[in-house]
Amino acid sequence: MESFSDLGAILLMQGFNGLSVFSVLLLMALGLALIFGQMGVINMAHGEFLAIGAYTTYLMSTVVQAHAPGFMPYYFLFAVVAAFAVAFAVGWLVEWLMIRHLYRRPLDTLLATWGLSLIIQQALRSVFGPREVSPELPEWLMGSWQPLDGVDIPINGLFVMALSFVMTGGLLLALFRSTWGLHVRATVQNRLMSGAVGIDTRRVDRVTFALGCGIAGMGGAAFTTIGATGPTSGSLYIVDTFLTVVFGGAASLFGTVASAFLIAQTQSVSEFFMTGSMAKVLTLSAIVVILMLRPQGLFSIKTRK
Amino acid sequence: MKVAPEVKVQEFALYVEGLTVSFNGFVAVDGLNLYVNKGETRVVIGPNGAGKTTVLDLICGRTKATAGSIRFNDVELTRMSEHEIVRAGVGRKFQTPSIYETLSVRENLEVSFPRGRTVFGALAFRITPDVVERVEQVAGEIFLADMLDQPAELLSHGQKQWLEIGMLLMQSPELMMLDEPVAGMSVSEREKTAELLNRIGRDRSMIVIEHDMEFVKHIAHKVTVLHQGKVLAEGSMDHVQNDPRVIEVYLGH
Amino acid sequence: MSAFYKNVIGAREGLAGLLVLAALVFVVFPLFLDVFRLNLVGKYLTYAFVAVGLVMCWGYGGILSLGQGVFFGLGGYCMAMFLKLEASTPEATAIQSTPGIPDFMDWNQVTALPWFWEPFRSLPLALLATVLVPALLALVLGAAMFKRRVGEVYFAIVTQAVALILSVLIIGQQGYTGGVNGITDLKTMLGWDIRSDGARLVLYYVNGALLFACILFGRFLLASKLGKLLIAMRDKEERVRFSGYDVANFKVFVFCVAAVFAAIGGAMFTLQVGFMSPSFVGIVPSIEMVIFAAVGGRLSLLGAVYGALIVNFGKSYFSETFPELWLFLMGGLFIAVVMAFPNGLAGIYKDYVRPRLARAAAGKGKAKRAAPAGEPA
Repeated sequence: MESFSDLGAILLMQGFNGLSVFSVLLLMALGLALIFGQMGVINMAHGEFLAIGAYTTYLMSTVVQAHAPGFMPYYFLFAVVAAFAVAFAVGWLVEWLMIRHLYRRPLDTLLATWGLSLIIQQALRSVFGPREVSPELPEWLMGSWQPLDGVDIPINGLFVMALSFVMTGGLLLALFRSTWGLHVRATVQNRLMSGAVGIDTRRVDRVTFALGCGIAGMGGAAFTTIGATGPTSGSLYIVDTFLTVVFGGAASLFGTVASAFLIAQTQSVSEFFMTGSMAKVLTLSAIVVILMLRPQGLFSIKTRK
Repeated sequence: MKVAPEVKVQEFALYVEGLTVSFNGFVAVDGLNLYVNKGETRVVIGPNGAGKTTVLDLICGRTKATAGSIRFNDVELTRMSEHEIVRAGVGRKFQTPSIYETLSVRENLEVSFPRGRTVFGALAFRITPDVVERVEQVAGEIFLADMLDQPAELLSHGQKQWLEIGMLLMQSPELMMLDEPVAGMSVSEREKTAELLNRIGRDRSMIVIEHDMEFVKHIAHKVTVLHQGKVLAEGSMDHVQNDPRVIEVYLGH
Repeated sequence: MSAFYKNVIGAREGLAGLLVLAALVFVVFPLFLDVFRLNLVGKYLTYAFVAVGLVMCWGYGGILSLGQGVFFGLGGYCMAMFLKLEASTPEATAIQSTPGIPDFMDWNQVTALPWFWEPFRSLPLALLATVLVPALLALVLGAAMFKRRVGEVYFAIVTQAVALILSVLIIGQQGYTGGVNGITDLKTMLGWDIRSDGARLVLYYVNGALLFACILFGRFLLASKLGKLLIAMRDKEERVRFSGYDVANFKVFVFCVAAVFAAIGGAMFTLQVGFMSPSFVGIVPSIEMVIFAAVGGRLSLLGAVYGALIVNFGKSYFSETFPELWLFLMGGLFIAVVMAFPNGLAGIYKDYVRPRLARAAAGKGKAKRAAPAGEPA
């Protein structure tokens, strides 16, 4: 009886771990799914927007600590919003300066945004220093929840999960229920017609790109709860994120969710049986092989040529 | 008015039977039957969205049919890949001129020469006198004999259409399919194109999609009218133009 | 002879370009640089192999591979494995718990040489592997992707994934591969000490000769019908397909050629610098190799060499003097090359410098030569 509940506890925690990885991947992939999936723009600097969000959170934490320490328990949610805003603003600027000139050249966008990622990385390094930093986390995010005996679920993991679900839901709602969402979908499906009926496609592009970056920024804020941030933190998972989006079927947000879930679970389960690096190799190789067999990803929307 | 060539034995070059394709529920081509004789020039007309370009796409392999059969010279095309279909003798010209802008006219034609089609064949391909001769011969046929060394991007729209036809001619296809060959051409260019198509149509079967009825009259042996993915009427140009169903479909809605 | 002159050399203009580069590589550098710095240039020239390959598959074929480090690394590791085994004779490794195997295996408690290391005892097999293994990988990857008509963007992402997979694999399996430190302490090749000054000089010249061989092969390829087809496919892939060509085969071929070039570069790197590590295999180095080709001019084989030299000179200079500035510069370079100078230095030369030279020559009464329809690359 003892070992059974032990096994149950382990399974529960392992399952939670899988869900945790899933929500992290989803947070990173959401913004990218919007930009790449809907607009076809490869933003290699996506990870850097995550980092921008994380550093914004850190900055807020330092400032609040120095000037208004009484506010500390409450600042975090404001920081998340600030992270979104800063990343959104930078994304807006980047789209206006660079991306909009490269729309029909996806490979060139790839290279140019890689250059951008180097610049942002160095900028962060110059301002914040090369070593990793962490914001002061409020009390309510620390510690763990113990629903059952022996089952320890870290609260920051729950926070990240909750945030990613809220954001996915919010994005889906925005995309399918709001006017903006309608404009985006129209522009993606038929740019010429959309322009002809009065949709400002340039503005739609700019807002969408900035929104994708803003979402990444929020993701960055969420990350600060589970790990430290350095200038290169953003680039660590950029390839995984792209694969997640591509694997799910780039045009489908639902596909991104499914893909993130599958990949996260595969990785977590594999880690049970082998080393971390071999698990990663296995997961990535499986994705690549499946993509080679089915390049359109899991969920593809068939269009008339 | 063109008179159909004498065909002794009822043996078609192209058999299209029960051809069907649907995109996400929309049936673009619906159980189409089409029979083209050897040496015949068949013009396909119809309102926009009737499925004309889709039929060409299906024959040349650009789109995969959901049902039906396409037999050319006793070979089933629906199972073959695009380049195999080309090698079986089918040439397709696209609606917008599809030429290699960065290469010269001569290079466009040379590259279309049907030798050295494999990787190593292409590496070993030498421009021998027979290639040069053929290039110059085709260039003459398509009215570009003195434009051979021009970069293709400098050609006029009409000349680009001719160049694409020339690139197809280099392959000596037995079935040539042209999608709106005179779109965007001036009146004199259209006349020249009609003459060109009649000339090259003597030795091969041709399917032409066109909207210019005068032009159609000059080149067609037989006309097929498509509507909503099906054959609406078929016959000589006169017959088709006076068919009440055809009139309704073009003028009615 | 004249076909060779026209197609491989590139007629008068091509010859001039080749001679200038040859003079630089074989005469100027050895004359003015000490062996240490010459070795450094040799290192940069090994990167040029990758860049030259990229000119062919990316510039001409339209295939952007962000994983050329994989092939560079594979070639380098094949050579390194041979050299390491030679340096790990039972006599030399007598102090190890298991003599006769590379030191890093011993540190990782590996007790027998893994099976896949065995073929690398023989130089001919190692050399064969240097070329065949990357070519095979490129063949498999390319065939799987191009036969399925995977788009250029997906292809680029998948090559990144492969680079990531290989680098994680190498680092993770340190018992078998040397891990993050790579395979180091390479001493001799068939008894010849590759670390000596004399050897380094010889290797530099061999490297240069191989590079020129690759460039000439590339010229031959691009002047052939295959080269024209690559340009045509980049322009209108469908038209090529509908002219009876199996487009996928051509793409696979040129991708394999680029892979083999990169692998040769990797092997020469190992020989000249004396080690190979996973830091050349991953995503970052692979994208850097693209910038060498982009700066030189993605349509110019010679430009690729200059691009590799200039960017790497810049990197060493700036990383030492203004380390903070270097990443800004490189990031800026990526953006500039995409937005302002898509044809790199070669493009600038063609658009601004060469017309002035032609005008100057015409001014002196020499016959003006119109630019030939087929540019030497």
